[in-house]
Amino acid sequence: MTASAPVPGRFAPGTFSPRPGRGGLGRMLAAQSALELKLALRNGEQVLLTLLIPIVLLVGLTLVGVIDLPEPRVNAVFASVLALAVMSTAFTGQAIAFGFDRRYGVVRRLAATALPRWLLVAGRLVAVLGTVVVQVVVLGLIALALGWRPDGGVATALLLVLLGCAAFGGLGLLLGGTLRAEIVLALANVVWFVLLLGGGIVVPLATLPSGLAAVAALLPSGALAEGLRIALAGADGSLLQPVLVLVAWAVVGGVAAARLVRLT
Amino acid sequence: MSLPADGPREPTSPGPASHGSAVTVRGLVKRYGTTTALDGVDLDVPAASVVALLGPNGAGKTTTVEICTGFRRADAGEVRVLGIDPAGAPDALRARIGVMPQGGGAYPGVRAAEMLRLVATCSAHPLDVDELIEVLGLGSCARTPYKRLSGGQQQRLALACAVVGRPELVFLDEPTAGMDPQARRLVWELVESLRRDGVAVLLTTHLMEEAEALADDVVIVDHGRVVAHGSPAELTTTGDSQELRFRARAGMDVTELAAALPTGYQAAEPAAGRYVVQGRIDPPVLSAVTSWCAAQGALADDVRITRRSLEDVFLDLTGRELRS
Ligand SMILES: Nc1ncnc2c1ncn2[C@@H]1O[C@H](COP(=O)(O)OP(=O)(O)OP(=O)(O)O)[C@@H](O)[C@H]1O
Ligand SMILES: [Mg+2]
Repeated sequence: MTASAPVPGRFAPGTFSPRPGRGGLGRMLAAQSALELKLALRNGEQVLLTLLIPIVLLVGLTLVGVIDLPEPRVNAVFASVLALAVMSTAFTGQAIAFGFDRRYGVVRRLAATALPRWLLVAGRLVAVLGTVVVQVVVLGLIALALGWRPDGGVATALLLVLLGCAAFGGLGLLLGGTLRAEIVLALANVVWFVLLLGGGIVVPLATLPSGLAAVAALLPSGALAEGLRIALAGADGSLLQPVLVLVAWAVVGGVAAARLVRLT
Repeated sequence: MSLPADGPREPTSPGPASHGSAVTVRGLVKRYGTTTALDGVDLDVPAASVVALLGPNGAGKTTTVEICTGFRRADAGEVRVLGIDPAGAPDALRARIGVMPQGGGAYPGVRAAEMLRLVATCSAHPLDVDELIEVLGLGSCARTPYKRLSGGQQQRLALACAVVGRPELVFLDEPTAGMDPQARRLVWELVESLRRDGVAVLLTTHLMEEAEALADDVVIVDHGRVVAHGSPAELTTTGDSQELRFRARAGMDVTELAAALPTGYQAAEPAAGRYVVQGRIDPPVLSAVTSWCAAQGALADDVRITRRSLEDVFLDLTGRELRS
């Protein structure tokens, strides 16, 4: 070849001798989800959404009586804020990150490696779970400091958090994986705000106007928050409906995402 | 750079030598709605060779690469990549190939080394990530988020991602787009090193210079069809595409000169004392021209044979108007 005589030594002979093969599945999953978790915790807007706003609301709503709540207020506020944390991470944050990751070609980039497609999605969901673990720990410690005392409802609450991740996670993938990044950003934020106020998260269903309450009870936000209030704050009601609603949304969101999400 | 991250280098899967051809494409057709992006493309990438897919914007280069890497399905035609049908078993194929998609791809907030490390984890025997980052000149921007890297830096990261897994076959879609001359030389060197080490490469480019310098074979596509293919030398010397230019005493009879040559050759004197002979210029023709001049008592001076450049071939084949 004429134009560029290789500078000796830049790529020693044998450097690129083929030795192909797929990496270990477990290592790939761990590497992808660890990186996505790291990126989420490094991104200022994501941290604002997933940690700062829930912390501010947890402290603020416990100490300031803007919303009527049974005493001890921290129990009900903690339940609401956990629901908010799950929605922020699994739905809003994930949809936005997925939308922009697609825009920046990362999904295609990773799909071009030996990483199987199912692992690509699994890695995202594991990263979401990792963020939720961080949130639960941080918010739990703050709630303890504010006077929350865990009881037998904690195990139920954790189960509900997992169901909430499944319901919101499927919907977040669906939103982030089907529309353009800017539209995802706008929609995800609007939905977050509407559900926060009118979807049964900070304002308990019993306090919402009855028509709105009936709708909110069937939304993942209302179901998760109400379930958590039953589990953590001794609110009246059966857990059956919240659980069924969350399972239904998880199935609908998951199936729709599996059919409609475009990886590019 | 020197050694891969781990262990000895013997290939664990059948080496390139066991395949006659790394890529075989026959009669490939792809339509997007009413647009026919590919209209019967044939393509071969022999093992351990570099093939350049050359064509104007919208010619179908990216579509071809995406079908070969299993990202799109062809509407008709046959594709075998390392003996595998990419549409049928993309995962099996992707463990053995490296891909640099057009426009690259990474998390917007990721640092170059983090991204490369993740891609390296997807391979069983990757190259050393830190060394690759250094040798590709990305060490100085190792902490910059991807979205703030310059276009050329993003391209170099994409290139690193394509080769880090030590693939048998590499697809590079416009590897040097947006690169400065130093970075382009680096890429050329890398492609030559890949070939030297037995890796087959299919690259796309608009740059004739690049195709000419790097490729064993050039395939020129336009409107989804192959309009020419061959080695750079074959493409630039086929037909009566050469010219012999010389200076001599003005006013010699050019029809007589043409008559002294085999049929089909043309001679002209476009400016006083400057002569041009067009046709396939081989030694007998050259000697016929100089002896004819000698017979006229003239000395053919400043004799030059010009080869058509690949760019001329390209523009002749694909026209000169701008593509949408
Ligand atoms: N997703 C798509 N939907 C509709 N048309 C498409 C799509 N992708 C490509 N095309 C069309 O197919 C044709 C071939 O496009 P392709 O991207 O393969 O060209 P290319 O040779 O890679 O061009 P460039 O040099 O600009 O990268 C073009 O006419 C393009 O407009
Ligand atoms: Mg292209």
